[in-house]
Amino acid sequence: MPSMTEAAPAAHPMTNPMILADGIHKRFGAHEVLRGVSLTLAKGEVIAVIGPSGSGKSTFLRCLNHLETIDAGRIDIEGDTLAANDAHGRARYVADAEVRRICVRMGMVFQHFNLFPHLTVLQNVIEAPITVKGMKRDAILPKAEELLKKVGLLDKRDAYPSRLSGGQKQRVAIARALAMEPDIMLFDEPTSALDPELTGEVLRTMRQLADEHMTMLVVTHEMGFAREVASRVAFMDGGTLIESQPSADFFANPQHPRTRAFLESML
Amino acid sequence: MDYILSIIGPLAAGSLVTLKLFFITLALAVPLGLALALIRISRFTAASQAVNGYIWLMRGTPLMLQLLFIYFALPFVPVIGIRLPDFPAAIVAFALNYAAYFAEIFRAGIQSIDRGQYEGAKVLGFSYGQTMRRIVLPQVVKRILPPMSNETITLVKDTSLIYVLALNDLLRAARGIVQRDFTITPFIVAAAFYLLMTLVLTWFFQRLEKRHAVYD
Repeated sequence: MPSMTEAAPAAHPMTNPMILADGIHKRFGAHEVLRGVSLTLAKGEVIAVIGPSGSGKSTFLRCLNHLETIDAGRIDIEGDTLAANDAHGRARYVADAEVRRICVRMGMVFQHFNLFPHLTVLQNVIEAPITVKGMKRDAILPKAEELLKKVGLLDKRDAYPSRLSGGQKQRVAIARALAMEPDIMLFDEPTSALDPELTGEVLRTMRQLADEHMTMLVVTHEMGFAREVASRVAFMDGGTLIESQPSADFFANPQHPRTRAFLESML
Repeated sequence: MDYILSIIGPLAAGSLVTLKLFFITLALAVPLGLALALIRISRFTAASQAVNGYIWLMRGTPLMLQLLFIYFALPFVPVIGIRLPDFPAAIVAFALNYAAYFAEIFRAGIQSIDRGQYEGAKVLGFSYGQTMRRIVLPQVVKRILPPMSNETITLVKDTSLIYVLALNDLLRAARGIVQRDFTITPFIVAAAFYLLMTLVLTWFFQRLEKRHAVYD
């Protein structure tokens, strides 16, 4: 596919980026939510996407794994095209089975957890490997227990989600996503629904993932996380990506006036 | 007391007809209702509208009329006209009617499940069928238990309508004895039979609800 090598960034001619998003347009009715957003995510990179409410950052994230469909633009995941423009400049998706095959390489954590309430913590973690990958229960069990241990919830394995705190639920959601062994993790405001005293435990788990070189894209309001954990910070406003810089530079030396105004409003 | 014992035999035989109709109707109407509900919420507009019309027709006319139509009038309908024996005719009428009510209960249940559950399943790679089977429907079961309990209890009592086809169900058996012996005792015994059946159903649904309450 010659078009793909054209689209790959010149800095990494040999390897495909984990995510390549190019010129993403998305509208809900008359409202244009994304006006040509482009972003590449390299292997092992942790990008924090920040911006005011309604800036389109969550929609952008949701477009990457097909929770929303884009109107125009191109999305490649690890070099495989998910959607690309046709001759009329309208985005066309690959076949449904291919979409699912590509998107399952991205784990996702939601603001509202979306755990399955009728399943226990352990069942939440092993359900997808068994149903989607066709794994035997015995084959996934050690991995599931190891993941629950990692997020510090092995003792809750037989509890139902309704018995957990918000922070515990979110850690189960992270373990559930990791059980599918994704190459990329997407986080959509993972701490926004949590009480302030519970955000720390979730951020610690995410930091641990980053330390293990998981490739992560995190939409967040947590400036501390963006500053300390993210390798790069992207600022979105009004449906466009205003700027994207290594996190140290981003906070020390923001280029765009809107970025500076936003950072000042956060302090 | 001896009199009551003497009429229990024929009333029990009538109950058997009632129970047979009840269970066969359930066995047919539940899957049919689920299929109708899934079509109703699908994005195939024409099929969805057809189901909508079907539900309107089935809920909008008396079950008694549907019974009479399928038994007496269906044979004269061109093309699909077939003559069904009395009990099969009753089964068809009840299954078609109850499927419409069940479809609406299932639809309400399915649509009450949060969109986040579909998204949670989708990002884990579940297909639509897997999402329904493993994630959505198990949660729907819990939510529809109270209305399903209502509907099945109504079904027990609706079975008495088949007397119009001269089928010897519990109520018709009781009425026969009342007219023969000039006493209302058989009605009271029949009432006890119905109460016993609905008691078992009530108990069954309460147990189910309790079992599904573990994840509240």
